[in-house]
Amino acid sequence: MTKLKFGVVVFPGSNCDHDAYYVMNNILQQDTRYLWHKNSSLENVNVVILPGGFSYGDYLRCGAIARFSPIMKEVISFALDGGVVIGICNGFQILCEAGLLPGALLRNAGLTFVCKFVNLRVEHANSMFTSKCRKGDVLHIPIAHGDGNYITDDATLEHLENNNQVLFRYCEPGGVLSEAANPNGSRNNIAGIINEHGNIMGIMPHPERASDPVLGHTDGQIIFCSLIQSLSHREHIHDQLVVERS
Amino acid sequence: MYLAKVVVTLRKSILDPQGKAVHHALGSMNMPTVQDVRIGKFIEMKIDTVTMEDAERVTAEACKKLLANPVMEDFSFSLEKIQ
Repeated sequence: MTKLKFGVVVFPGSNCDHDAYYVMNNILQQDTRYLWHKNSSLENVNVVILPGGFSYGDYLRCGAIARFSPIMKEVISFALDGGVVIGICNGFQILCEAGLLPGALLRNAGLTFVCKFVNLRVEHANSMFTSKCRKGDVLHIPIAHGDGNYITDDATLEHLENNNQVLFRYCEPGGVLSEAANPNGSRNNIAGIINEHGNIMGIMPHPERASDPVLGHTDGQIIFCSLIQSLSHREHIHDQLVVERS
Repeated sequence: MYLAKVVVTLRKSILDPQGKAVHHALGSMNMPTVQDVRIGKFIEMKIDTVTMEDAERVTAEACKKLLANPVMEDFSFSLEKIQ
């Protein structure tokens, strides 16, 4: 099977870029490269990952300044053109600031930075990021953030819910939603969403920190493997069509 | 040259946990008359335009594009002429 090309964007202050690179390149054996934030080319990657960290020191608002980095112009047009973009933690904040995903991420309701494993309920398997899951699966993945409190206005929230754009929610180990299982006060326990077309995902927890068997947790892999399988299938069909037409 | 003083605050409809925590602290300092606390950001910008109208336009654009996120924040500003 041909490898997919992954690009991990590096902003000043990114600190999960190496983790994302290592998981995609070494663990999942994909063709992975770093993309410096001053680049004006995405180097023909299939998937862009905006990693976690504290881009620009979280000055002004998390993600607010990174959103205007030169490479973001390319990322935005790539995403609007249907390209696959994943924003993890700070990457999710950047996607919201860039207007590629609705809503915003506020200071955690408890005001403290929270770093721990959480349980995530998979809301549906009809996305390229969850295709190898089953609806209701509970994934064990860590969070590490101070600003993960997801908010939107009521109308946007209703639209997200009705349109199956909520992919992951914070839950109890058995999958039950509760206030106690919500680490940051996010509306409707939201931990991860996709855009309307399903090609852009923002997720506060860190699947790349739960993907190496050496670390004892591999639930994060299922998200990346879902994407690799979905995209490889799409590329395969595309290749077949090209062969048939020629 | 003009000096813009910008204030960015969380929108009224959004709970401000920092403001709540500070309000609670003021309450425990025996200041019960403080009824509500909201925390925001204060930003100063020097703007090199000839007219006040242009300075106002530039400030508003900076607020809308970068200084405030309309999903969660409101902004207001004042302008004064400086040397």
